[in-house]
Amino acid sequence: MSVETTSLPAPKAALSNSQLALCFVAAAVVMTVVQYLGGLPEWLHRLPEALVPNFAGWLDAIFNFVKDDLGLLVVTRTLTEGLEWLLDASGNIFFGKRRWPNIGPIPWTAMAAVAAVVGYYLGGWRLALLGGGTMVWTALIGQWEIAMQTMSVLAIAAPLAFVIGLSLGIAAWKYAWVDNVIKPVLSVLQTLPFFTYLLPAVIFFKVGPTAGAVATTIYAIPPMILMTTLGLKKVSPEVVEAGKMSGCSRFQMLRHVYLPSARTEILVGVNQVIMLCLAMVVLTAFIGMPGLGAKLLAMMGSFKLGRSFEIGVTIVLLAVMLDRMSKAWVVKQPVHFERGTPFWKRHQMLLLGIAAFVGLTLISLVAPIFAEIGRGQDFSQGKELDNLIKAFLNIEWVKATTGFLRAFLNVQVLIPFRNFMLSIPTPAFILLVAAFALALAGRKQAIYAVIFFSLVALSGWWDRAIITLYSVISAVTLAALIGLPVGIIAARSEKWSTRVLLICDTAQTFPSFVYLIPAIMLFGITDIAVIFSILIFAMVPLTRYTIEGLRTVPEEMTEAADMAGATRMQKLWSVQLPLALPTMAVGFNQAIMFAFFMVIIAAFIGTQDLGQELQRTLAGTDLGKNFVLGICVSLMALTFDLTIMKWASDKKAVLGL
Amino acid sequence: MKKMTTALTAGVLSLAPLAALAQDSNDPIVIPIHNWSSQIVMSNVVGQILEENGNAVEYVTTDSQAVYESVRLGDVTLELEVWEGAFGASFREALDKGGIVDVGDHNAVTREDWWYPMWTKDACPGLPSWEALNDCAALFATAETGDKGRYLDGPVDWLKHGQERVEALGMDFVVVNAGSAAALWAEIGAAEADKRPIVVFNWTPNFAEAVWPGEFVEFPAWVDGCDTDPSVGPNPDALFDCGNPANGYLKKAAWEGMEEKWPSAYAVLEQVSFTNPQIAEMARLVDVDELEPDEAAEVWLEANPDVWQGWVN
Repeated sequence: MSVETTSLPAPKAALSNSQLALCFVAAAVVMTVVQYLGGLPEWLHRLPEALVPNFAGWLDAIFNFVKDDLGLLVVTRTLTEGLEWLLDASGNIFFGKRRWPNIGPIPWTAMAAVAAVVGYYLGGWRLALLGGGTMVWTALIGQWEIAMQTMSVLAIAAPLAFVIGLSLGIAAWKYAWVDNVIKPVLSVLQTLPFFTYLLPAVIFFKVGPTAGAVATTIYAIPPMILMTTLGLKKVSPEVVEAGKMSGCSRFQMLRHVYLPSARTEILVGVNQVIMLCLAMVVLTAFIGMPGLGAKLLAMMGSFKLGRSFEIGVTIVLLAVMLDRMSKAWVVKQPVHFERGTPFWKRHQMLLLGIAAFVGLTLISLVAPIFAEIGRGQDFSQGKELDNLIKAFLNIEWVKATTGFLRAFLNVQVLIPFRNFMLSIPTPAFILLVAAFALALAGRKQAIYAVIFFSLVALSGWWDRAIITLYSVISAVTLAALIGLPVGIIAARSEKWSTRVLLICDTAQTFPSFVYLIPAIMLFGITDIAVIFSILIFAMVPLTRYTIEGLRTVPEEMTEAADMAGATRMQKLWSVQLPLALPTMAVGFNQAIMFAFFMVIIAAFIGTQDLGQELQRTLAGTDLGKNFVLGICVSLMALTFDLTIMKWASDKKAVLGL
Repeated sequence: MKKMTTALTAGVLSLAPLAALAQDSNDPIVIPIHNWSSQIVMSNVVGQILEENGNAVEYVTTDSQAVYESVRLGDVTLELEVWEGAFGASFREALDKGGIVDVGDHNAVTREDWWYPMWTKDACPGLPSWEALNDCAALFATAETGDKGRYLDGPVDWLKHGQERVEALGMDFVVVNAGSAAALWAEIGAAEADKRPIVVFNWTPNFAEAVWPGEFVEFPAWVDGCDTDPSVGPNPDALFDCGNPANGYLKKAAWEGMEEKWPSAYAVLEQVSFTNPQIAEMARLVDVDELEPDEAAEVWLEANPDVWQGWVN
């Protein structure tokens, strides 16, 4: 065995991976043609209903057993009470919920001042302006209370995710078996549609902010674990040696040697936690999370485009503020003072913050406008924005364009493509996916692909899974057609790169729900509206990684190309793009992951895919079905993830990057 | 405000002898809020009435179908808008499982059916009859539906049987399911711009009536058994060959333990009853006047003391 594997190419393997892949494709094509000619038996086209195992029923039985007989529900409901107490307390502080400690709400002016001081401390005037400005905008637009409802939950969920993620990360770094258990769970968690987190959260943690906090926490944990382990693994042996020599105990090693050395990675993890928490703001509104998300859904339910847009802006501002501040914190190194520096000098920012906070709180006691913006005092422009958006959608050329897209792209391209995908027999489809994995990555990935897609077929949701896949593929293809050229052009200059990256950041944090309505108004309830809304989201990583890939091409390479007298196009095609390809592949992979994420949200437009079924389970107590559907999405996403990532790392190794 | 204080004092005084008998728990009564305006304002209205009654009240945002499971578990205490058409099934299912009780009807009717905004009538003057609608089918065609008309139904999980009705009555329509209520509004909003004829699923009472005046399509009248017995209705071989009932109920529901835990609040809830115009007015305060729900509730309570003060006493 060992002889065979070392002498490559193995003499026994008559076919190379790509030849084998071609055989798969040929078999699939033959099967599809036979199907079109009507010669294929029905059981080969689709798995007969009778053979579909009742996964949902079994899972339900297991859930019920664990929930009731093993008493998990009692445990989680007890935990819920503790969590509720925390949330009540933070609710009181942030927006004056009538609970212990009965001191809130903090006046908005005081909050804005503190945000500005923190911003100044972390990153100077620009961040001070961003921090204070965001708070002032939120208050003046009349969203202060709902924004604080959101913040009161995030203030509990984010630290919780941080603590759990950090502990699990440390455990995974310390013990190999924990790492082995956590890794696959994490990959599934990262591809599982969020609707699958929501239902168990409601059942085990009670509808309302508690379930919202739990779902948010679970969603935000994975990157924290990954970044912690990554940081700890990178600690240099010299530092460890120094710690050992000074006689640290095991805990001291961790506390004073490892964790400080991994500071940067851990803080990047914190940044990720915050961003993911914000991403869940709107989604958790489905399970009773109060605040901005709930308001946004209510606004959408009564066709208030302008107001929902304003809420979207608030969410983006909050996200950008927290993102920039936590990134500034990553870069900021601890400041050291000389011995004997007076207390006020060492802590002048802290003192300034406290002074501003106390001062404004006192002022707000006599001047209520400093504490709360009341009825009719805000500057919301909801109605005007409504009219503006409607007027834009009614411009003649906009309508002509969308009408053309609808008649051409939808009727001529997308719908036939969907019908074609649906007409491929199940085994042929699995062979095609396997061929794809085999050609790009290798046999291991191909085997995974076969197993994963066979499971999807066994779940009995094959047609819906294919429609899901169809939306993802169409959207990512279109996103690549638009996003790659934009990235390539932007990468030419520093100035444009930063601008486009800023747009990417905004597009990513802007709640996707807000553009569902304009998408429908533009394209009607059609596949195009669905794909359009996925497209916006999927384009972001494609553009971002293209820019990053092209801008990190080693300078020697481009210089060599210049010296050889290559034209700009030659340089791009033969030097820069090939070198940037592995990085771009990572972006492509993320685009697919984002598309799988968004396609579920697009169920709100109206689809016939897995997302629609998932959305339907939210209303009930069908835990088993909910889980089966979620796993289907996850398995398909994982197949692409495994294949493309393997390809990218192989390519990187070959290129010596 | 003054009136309210007087009412409160009167209420407390008259309740004083009763209070000795039945004391409400100090725990907050949890009222669920969904994503449509009338329900949100009504919940705030009743919440503020209960506060006048001396109860502690809290609001929680929930899904409008999942809420019945939460009521059953006591996680939320009551539900103020149980629509026959939309939530009847979930409500009945929860009733069967136990833990939830029916607290009576509002003095209001609900209706859900095919609906069109007024401008559609200009293009198809024979409306609201369904036969006339069918004759104009081509007017409702889209790029995707060819020469058949498109009818935009509610989300699939609302189980509106639009497809079955089209088949049962042999209509030239293709049924497309929207994914959410918001998607329906977006389509009407887009059609409004150039007054394009459109026929969609809609219901009353609803904010949309105030924004886009319109009418329901008149199908063969509902007869009991239309959904279970093929021989009922014009087509002897098909189910769902009539319109939906034009006078569905609007109920209140509560957690089984509410009567024992908050007896006086439960007594108030039993008396709560709003009419269609009152519900529409509540929705209008939010949707047209752009008040926040709690402010809208205050305004409504101040404007309509005669309606609710009797309930507290």
